[in-house]
Amino acid sequence: MKIGVYVCHCGGNISEVVDVEAVSAYAGEQDEVVLHKDYSHLCSDLGQKLIAEDIKKEGLDGVVVSACSHLFHGETFKKVAETGGLNPFMLEMANIREHCAWPHSDTPAAATEKAKEIVQMGIEKVKKNSPLKPLKLSIGKNVLVIGGGIAGIQAALDLGDAGFHVSLVEQKATIGGRMAQLSRTFPTNDCAACILGAKMSDIPKNENIDLYTYSEVEAVTGYIGSFNAKIRRKATFVDDSCVSCGLCADVCPVSLPDEFQWGVIERKAIYQPLDYAVPNKYLIDESACLNIKARKKSGNTEVCRKCEAVCPRDSIHFDREDEIKEIPADTIIVATGYDVFDAKQKPEYGYGRFKNVMIGPEVERVIVHAGEGRPTRDLGKRIGFIQCVGSRDEQLGREYCSRVCCMYATKLSQLITHMATMNGQEKDIYVFYTDMRTFGKGYEEYYKDTMKMGVKFVRGRPAEVTENPETGKVTIKVEDTLTRQMMESEFDTVVLSVGLQLSEGGNRIAEILKLPKSADGFLQEAHPKFRPVDTQTEGVFIAGTAQGPKDIPDTVAQASATAARAMRLMVKGVMEMEPVKAFVHTPLCDGCAVCVDSCPASALSMVEGGTGRIVEINESICRGCGLCIGTCHSDALDLHLFTTGQLLGEVKGALSGRKGHEHRVILFADTMCTYKLADSVGTGKKAYADSVRIIRVPSSSRVTAKLILETFALGADGVFIGDCETKSTPYPGSIPFTGKNVAVVKEILALAGINPERLMFFQFATVMLPAFVRLMNTISETAAEVLTSAQRKMLSEKAGTLFEGGSRGR
Amino acid sequence: MAGKIVLSHHNIDFQKQIEKISGEKITSCDQCGVCSGSCPFTDEMEITPSTMMKMSQLGLPEVMEANSIWICASCFNCMARCPRGLDLSKVAEALRQISLRQAVDSITIENIDKEEAARLPSIALVGAFRKLTG
Repeated sequence: MKIGVYVCHCGGNISEVVDVEAVSAYAGEQDEVVLHKDYSHLCSDLGQKLIAEDIKKEGLDGVVVSACSHLFHGETFKKVAETGGLNPFMLEMANIREHCAWPHSDTPAAATEKAKEIVQMGIEKVKKNSPLKPLKLSIGKNVLVIGGGIAGIQAALDLGDAGFHVSLVEQKATIGGRMAQLSRTFPTNDCAACILGAKMSDIPKNENIDLYTYSEVEAVTGYIGSFNAKIRRKATFVDDSCVSCGLCADVCPVSLPDEFQWGVIERKAIYQPLDYAVPNKYLIDESACLNIKARKKSGNTEVCRKCEAVCPRDSIHFDREDEIKEIPADTIIVATGYDVFDAKQKPEYGYGRFKNVMIGPEVERVIVHAGEGRPTRDLGKRIGFIQCVGSRDEQLGREYCSRVCCMYATKLSQLITHMATMNGQEKDIYVFYTDMRTFGKGYEEYYKDTMKMGVKFVRGRPAEVTENPETGKVTIKVEDTLTRQMMESEFDTVVLSVGLQLSEGGNRIAEILKLPKSADGFLQEAHPKFRPVDTQTEGVFIAGTAQGPKDIPDTVAQASATAARAMRLMVKGVMEMEPVKAFVHTPLCDGCAVCVDSCPASALSMVEGGTGRIVEINESICRGCGLCIGTCHSDALDLHLFTTGQLLGEVKGALSGRKGHEHRVILFADTMCTYKLADSVGTGKKAYADSVRIIRVPSSSRVTAKLILETFALGADGVFIGDCETKSTPYPGSIPFTGKNVAVVKEILALAGINPERLMFFQFATVMLPAFVRLMNTISETAAEVLTSAQRKMLSEKAGTLFEGGSRGR
Repeated sequence: MAGKIVLSHHNIDFQKQIEKISGEKITSCDQCGVCSGSCPFTDEMEITPSTMMKMSQLGLPEVMEANSIWICASCFNCMARCPRGLDLSKVAEALRQISLRQAVDSITIENIDKEEAARLPSIALVGAFRKLTG
């Protein structure tokens, strides 16, 4: 074989820690390596050309790119191989950035030695690679958009206008989302209803968009090109013939706080969520309606039918039920938005205890009603805003800036001042802040205008709010950090500028779609800079505040970006995928059929082969978990891209540079969670034991008991297997199987007098950075004393006899 | 008259010394002032707790001249609310340690009235040499 090895400097990211020239030279000494080079940026145009031309010129039939993570630039370099005329599956990435240079940046000498072994792992793997064909998957033109706020609306309209079919699902009874609850919008002060209303009404007019309001996504199965969503269309008890005349609400005897109005006014049990609601019709709140409650409790259908009696169009029917609908989709856009921080978690500010302490969103509605001449409450003359409530606060575990609060407090100050001026009144408004962040287009000017209007900005984070129980007035205690004086000031109203967090619905969708979250609790994008609206799940995109706090312009831009990214996949009609599929070494199969029942996807069946009954694998059903391999006693099953030969090759590479009494831990990392987590740990420059070598597998069940034993036998002193949490794994069947495998091997280790803790299995969520570091350090310590050659020999023998006398064989 | 600060490497040394003794990363203080509002003794202090943090960040030795570091009772109210998770009582303790190690007496024993000296508890006398609680 003629292998070329390329070592990337990554513009200093790697070369400032790892001695890339030494690594390249080391690679050059290895068998079958005919060419080795180091280069500043292999992913640059010139870097790519360099590799492609070498492949042609030198006739390379294997390439190892020692650079970043497979998950980062793997696809880029596969294309480079193709350009050079090499089968893309004859190229391997050796991850010396996320798995070496970054986490070990404090120990450059050790990092260089580790990098050599990681490159060796790539070389040993590529030797066992074989040319494969990517799988082609057909993709239609159906998009599921989850969430009908401004992000979902914008994405749906862009896609609908471009001729794609959109199913827009919104859990509330109207689309419009959080923006519809705002008074006016910064920095232009245009009314939210005026600019949003027009967009909302475009949705039902667009013939390519099916709108499902008052509907919840309950489950999603499948993958890109063949998603299937199950949605519950909750009963509204009011048919589409409703013309929103409102006679029903006039006679309804039940009143309750209107959640859309943040409770500042009440609504009836039959109500319209918003006067410009889309769809524009009434609905019945079944948890409040006397008739529906009585029906459910006692079957009595005659309790309070007042609304039904007055409805001129006979639109009300108390016996309607929820409907379940299945929606097929090729791509999915998640635009589930935000909830605001629960200010009661900051008890020192008195929200919920003091009636004159309000949150920003409530004041939005107070302003709307006052503007419409229906004031709900008087905010008084002196108003104090407290910024960063639920943001930038480690005490609450919320380190992030919510990005909109500075501007919305500034806006509310302006609006209150404007309104007072019109009524010939004056207001004394103070905004207590830590840092004012008015970074958007026109925002700084808006901030300046607000200051000109007389709003005072005081630099200090208030310590507490107290109430005078007789007058109800509230006092803010704060240090003015600029004059270094303590300040205690009484206000008629204190407004808490509450921060943003992922919505409850967003959390639910994240679980259903198995989307990871970043440390701030919002949904995680595939790459913070270059794939800001993609997720790690192919065909699923995120828009708006589900991805992180942002203002309306950014939300709309991101929503259009998701539409474009989804179209990019769908217009081609086909998509290529890695052929991670199980296959059979036909001569080895003796037809025992043990594997058939083990397959979680039922992809295996028995057929008549030339030499008798053998197993056959249906590639279109096989999900590539590799579980079946562990059930085969005759080594007849294997998995493309992760063959036993390839994995053992990587193990050999990982152990190749050991000196003296150095120990090694092999981490078999599932692609979706553990490998990604190891990348994040590297990106976060968090150090862990440098004895750890990471081998990527699709799922933990690919790591058979035999493979674990052989890994020890070849020279590993510890083996760690990482997979996803059960609720988020794409291969739920794998977890119990791996558990059993690990138990079997632990027993063998114990019998051999070896500490069974040298083998560990852990289910990671992609956010568990500290846990990853801790566990890697733990197993490295446990494995610090190297195994003896006698012990390794014993385990090697055990590996050969695993199926003897056991229940797994014939 | 507005003061003037001229910074030199001595300031960095002092800042690092405070960080080493206290174990707190004082440069991460964002000067929000929530500590000052939360401290039950700010009214008795010559400089507010947040000022103590700012002066420590900048490594200004004058921070030890104010009575604040001696008034701090380590009640941890500031720590419980600090949005950057800092423990100011450790910083105050570090400043007290540095001050004590300089071994500068703030009173002279000869200047104390004999009768008064007889009346004072000895621990108060010892404290008064080095501490500035007035």
